[in-house]
Amino acid sequence: MRDFLIRHQTPALLVAGLVIAAALGVLTGNETAQVTLTEMFIRLVVVIGLWVFIGNSGIISFGHIGFMGIGAYAAAWATAEPSFKQIMLSGLPVFLQENQYPFVFAILGATLLPALVALLLGAALMRLAGTAASIATFAVLMIVNSVYANWDSVTAGSSSIIGIPTVVGPWVAVGFAAGAVITAYLFQISRLGLMLRASRDDEVAARASAVEVKRMRLVAFVLSAAIAGAGGGLYAQFLGILTVDPFYLGLTFITLAMLVVGGMSSLSGAVAGVFAVTIIVELLRLAERGVPFGSVTVGLPLGSQEIGLGVLMALILIFRPNGLSNGRELVWPRRAPTDEAAARKAPSAALAGEAAPSP
Amino acid sequence: MIAFLQNLIDAVSLGSIYALTALGIGLLFGILRLINFAHGDYITIGAYALIVPSADVTARLMIGELPLVVMTPLICLIVVVVALLSDVLVFRPLRRASSPTLMIASFAVSYIIQNGVMMFYGARPKAVDLWSGANTQILIGDLRVPMLQLIILVVTLVLMAALTLFLRKTPYGIQMRAAAEDFRMATYLGVRGNLVIGLAFAISGILAAAVSLLYTTQSGSLSHTMGLPLALFAFVAVVVGGMGSLVGAVVGGFAIGIIVTMLQAYLPPELRAFRDAFAFAFVILVLLVRPAGLVPSRTTFERV
Repeated sequence: MRDFLIRHQTPALLVAGLVIAAALGVLTGNETAQVTLTEMFIRLVVVIGLWVFIGNSGIISFGHIGFMGIGAYAAAWATAEPSFKQIMLSGLPVFLQENQYPFVFAILGATLLPALVALLLGAALMRLAGTAASIATFAVLMIVNSVYANWDSVTAGSSSIIGIPTVVGPWVAVGFAAGAVITAYLFQISRLGLMLRASRDDEVAARASAVEVKRMRLVAFVLSAAIAGAGGGLYAQFLGILTVDPFYLGLTFITLAMLVVGGMSSLSGAVAGVFAVTIIVELLRLAERGVPFGSVTVGLPLGSQEIGLGVLMALILIFRPNGLSNGRELVWPRRAPTDEAAARKAPSAALAGEAAPSP
Repeated sequence: MIAFLQNLIDAVSLGSIYALTALGIGLLFGILRLINFAHGDYITIGAYALIVPSADVTARLMIGELPLVVMTPLICLIVVVVALLSDVLVFRPLRRASSPTLMIASFAVSYIIQNGVMMFYGARPKAVDLWSGANTQILIGDLRVPMLQLIILVVTLVLMAALTLFLRKTPYGIQMRAAAEDFRMATYLGVRGNLVIGLAFAISGILAAAVSLLYTTQSGSLSHTMGLPLALFAFVAVVVGGMGSLVGAVVGGFAIGIIVTMLQAYLPPELRAFRDAFAFAFVILVLLVRPAGLVPSRTTFERV
C-alpha cells in the first residue's frame, strides 16, 4: 500500500489538495466563496480534459469548449422540466421530451455525446499536421457554436433552456475534479499516453518506432472531449440555465490561459494553473469593483481583468515558458534523498508549495 | 444566370477580403511559423482609428474625415505601429519558442487588444458612415454591381501585384522569401532576421489596414470583435490553401468567400442559419482529401 501511494503520489497529492480546498471553502460558509469554488472545480474538469489532449499530444486545441457546450446541452436535455421541453424543445426525441432523468444519466450523456462527436470530427482532424490541426479545431468550435445557436427546436436557439435542477455544489464538483485528475493520470502513465508523448517530443522518431501517431492523437482527442463534456454537464446543472454564448472564445481563452500559466506539459501544472488563474481573476475583479477611499471609490477600469489575464499569459510565455510547474509533477518534499533516483527527483519538491495554494 | 453572376460577384468581393486577410496571416506564418490571431485585431484597430476615441454610442469620424490621400497612409501607419509593437513586446522575446507557444501568445495579444479597444471605446457596436458614395450601384448589362465591390476587387488585385513585385524584385523582398524558405540558413547568409520579421509585420499591418477600410465601408459599423470572424475565416483559408504558401492563402481566401456566399444563396432557407457550420464542415472535408491544402508548400513539412 505504501509503495503504491509513493509510486502514485502525484494524483494522490493533487486529489488531497482539491479536497482540502473544497473543505476550506465549505467551512467558511460564505455563499460567494462556495459558488466561486464550484465554478473553479468545474473549470478544472474542463482544463484537465484539455490537458489530456494538449499536454500529451503537444497540439493546441481551440475546440474543446465546443465539446463542453455539447456536454452541457446533453445534460440539459436529460434533466430539464418535461413541461418546458415539450413546448420549447419540440425537436428532441420523445424519450427525452417526456422524461426527466437523474443526474448520473445526465452526466453519462454529457460524457458520451461529446466523445462521439469528437470521434467523428477527430477522425478527419487528426490527419492534419500539428499547426493545421490546431486551426481546424477552431472550425470545430465554430461549427458547434453555429449549430447550437441556430437549431431552435432542440437548443432553444438564442433564448435559454431553463429549469435544469441545480444539483452541483462544491462537493459534487470536487468529486468530478478528482475523478478527472485520476483519469488523466491513468492515461498519462498508460502505454497510449507514453506513445503519444513520444510523438509530441519527436514525431518522426516516434513514427519510426512504430507509434501510430494519428490513432494515438484520436484516442486522446476523444477522451479529452469526454472529460470536457462532463465539465459541461456539471456546468449546466450548476447554473440551472443554459445559453450558447458562454461556450465560445472567452472561455476558450480562460481555460487555455489556465493551462499555460500552470504549465501544459504536466498534470500538476494544469491543476496549479486553474488555482492560480482563478485567484488572479478574482483579485482583479475585486480591484475593478474598487476600494473606497473616503467618499470616492478607487478602482481599475472595467476590462482590467481581461487585459491583466492576457498580460499575465504573455509574461508567463516569455519568462517561464513551462509555466508555474516548470513541466514537473507534484511530489512529496523529502529531506534526505536516499538514492540516486530520489536525488534526481529532488528539485521537483519545490513545486509542492505552488500546487497546493490556500483558497 | 443573372442571379448566379450576381452571387459570383458577391463571392469574389467577399473572397477578396478573406484573401487579403489570409495573405497578411500567411506572410507571417511563412517566415515566423506564427499563426497570428492578433491579425483580426489589427483590422479592428484600423477601423477604430477612424473615429474620435470615446465611449459614446454614436461615432464621430476624426481621421476618417480627412481626404483619402491623407487618411489611408495615416491608418496604415497606425496599424503598422501596433503590429510592430506587438512584435517587439511579445513576439521578439519568443523568437526561439515553438509554434504552439507563438500561437497562444498571439491569442493573448488578441485578447489584450480586444479588451483594450473595449475599454476605450465601449462594448456597444457603433455605426460609421465612411465613403457612403461607394455604395452606389452601376449597371453592366442586366447586372447591378455595387461600386464598392469593384473597388474591393481592384484594391485587392493592386495590393497583391504590389506584394508580388516587392517579393520578387526588391532586395528586401528576396531576403524575405529566403527567410521563409529556411530562416536559419538565410540568417547565416547575412539576412538580418529581425529586420525581415519587422518588415513582414509591417506589410501584414498594411494589408490589415486596407481590409479595415474596405470592410468598414462595406459594413458601416464598428465593434471590438469585428476583426475576429475575418481572422477566423482567414485562418481556415490559410489551412485550406496550404500552409506556408502565399498563393495558397489567396486561393484559400477566394475559395472560402465563394463557399460562404454560395451556401448563403443556395441553401434551403431553413438551413441558411447553419451556413457557417456547413462552410466549416466543407473545409474539413476538403482537408480530408488534401491534408496539405489546395496548394501544398514545399517548405512547411518537417525536415528530419
